Amino acid sequence: MMIDSVVKVSDFSKSYQDLVAVDGISFEVRHGEIFGLLGPNGAGKTTTLECLEGIRTPDHGSLQVMGVDPTREARDLRDVLGIQLQTSGLPADMLVGEAMAFFCAYHGVDPRYALLDRLGLSEKIHTSYRQLSTGQQRRLALALAVAHEPKVVILDEPTAGLDVATRAELHAIMGELKQSGTTILLATHDMAEAEKLADRVAILLRGKIAAIGSPQELTATGSTLTKISVRSELGVGDLSATQFPGVVRSMFNDEYAVFFSDNPGATVVAVINHIEAREDKLIDLRVERPSLEERFLEITNHGEQG
Amino acid sequence: MKAFVTHFTFEFKTGLRNSNLLMINYLFPVGFYLIMGLVMTKINPLFGDTMVPAMAVFAIVASTILGMPGPIVEDREAGIFRSFKINGVPAFSILIIPALTTIFHAMIAATLIASTAPLLFRSKPPDNWVAFALIMLLNAFACGGIGALIAVVSKDNRATVLWSQLIFLPAMLIGGLMVPLSFLPASIMPFSMLLPTSHAMQAAIGLAYHQETVISPLVSIIVLASGGLLSFGLATYLFNWDSRNASRRGHPLMALIAWLPYLLSMLIR
Repeated sequence: MMIDSVVKVSDFSKSYQDLVAVDGISFEVRHGEIFGLLGPNGAGKTTTLECLEGIRTPDHGSLQVMGVDPTREARDLRDVLGIQLQTSGLPADMLVGEAMAFFCAYHGVDPRYALLDRLGLSEKIHTSYRQLSTGQQRRLALALAVAHEPKVVILDEPTAGLDVATRAELHAIMGELKQSGTTILLATHDMAEAEKLADRVAILLRGKIAAIGSPQELTATGSTLTKISVRSELGVGDLSATQFPGVVRSMFNDEYAVFFSDNPGATVVAVINHIEAREDKLIDLRVERPSLEERFLEITNHGEQG
Repeated sequence: MKAFVTHFTFEFKTGLRNSNLLMINYLFPVGFYLIMGLVMTKINPLFGDTMVPAMAVFAIVASTILGMPGPIVEDREAGIFRSFKINGVPAFSILIIPALTTIFHAMIAATLIASTAPLLFRSKPPDNWVAFALIMLLNAFACGGIGALIAVVSKDNRATVLWSQLIFLPAMLIGGLMVPLSFLPASIMPFSMLLPTSHAMQAAIGLAYHQETVISPLVSIIVLASGGLLSFGLATYLFNWDSRNASRRGHPLMALIAWLPYLLSMLIR
């Protein structure tokens, strides 16, 4: 039977003594989607994930993963859920191949050494955990999280501190997991990562959900201004003195003039005409919609001030 | 069963791969035994009578009480138990399997010592090797339990060293290893009953060497067995997955319950 909502969080709260870490949040993660959980440090992301993982017990509300209660049905949870923790490790002397055999044995499945091959770790099979680079440790953690072919995978900051190539590789693997029907709950600080990978995101702020929806929906509901960056051969001096249609605000540095416009078409045409009229040459012109990062900063700044 | 075997194999190999564990499991006890054999038997010829059980018990205490708790505390502090928990490794396995492999290593070292001491240093071999082996195994069980208990109640590695030394040093001084219990002043002897080494030595002297003891060797057997059971039971109860998690089951002082059999032996001696 296909369950449409594979992760259900209803009215969930968790406090540590006087500190309210999560305050009555509700959300659902649908089958086969990548759901991003975003928020500044201390927003309640890790607490939410740790309660879903069965590491902590919620104070109030209910949490379910594939219909399993993480608190009461820990054994069933291990079958359906794969987890890559933000801060976890393996014994320093454990070899890569041993780690695969070890965790697969506890999951009751045969070791999937082919997965190590896919993640570029096949040559490291006899290497101890302590000798792996950070990127290799993250790849191993991902391999171990999905080795028992769980229906849902929680990835907590999977690419933090990794180089560009390794991050791109992990993104590709997450894409493959999604293609295979695995649902991914992704906690990340990397807005570009969330925007690129996630079907939907929730922004947590001070233990509450400040916004939820697809990255496109979230950016559309924020500032409607379009950012237009212009660089010309003669520099920005003349541009800064001119009022273009649709421009609400502008900023200038040594090379670029940046206009925020509520009528980007009219602004772009006017700027190009202006540059041609002064016999200048256009070097660079960029038109950008507000990014998820800008929307995130808008929400978090508003939330912090409020 | 497959998970148990895989876990056991990994932990056993770690005892050989990890230089610190290799040192405490083998190099330290065997090196100490060789020095004692060369020096102590010259200074005190009577030492040869108890050298085999004393050095075998020493090897077991070094592995279980000095060596075993540290890596468990380090793993907990490094968040490794969290990885274990989310992958279904039970708390019982996290404590019991390292204890079993440590006992295994300690027994190998103890066997090496017991089998070579009569040849190298003309020390007295046990009259009953089977009883000797079983008593050493029981001592390893009791000390392994204490090691597990130290691992779960220690807040960090500094505390681990402190608690381990609190058992190890008195064991060396008044636990019957260097000086037979019968030689101890009357005011100190009762306190030696609080140490597993004293009971292991008394049981070995009484049952494996058929010599006179200061306490019934059967009482010592019961103390070691019940002390070991209580220690492992309490260690499992007090086990904490995570150093970051403030809430824990039971108060660390509950660990003292494991000394109840030793305390009773002190009173009934």
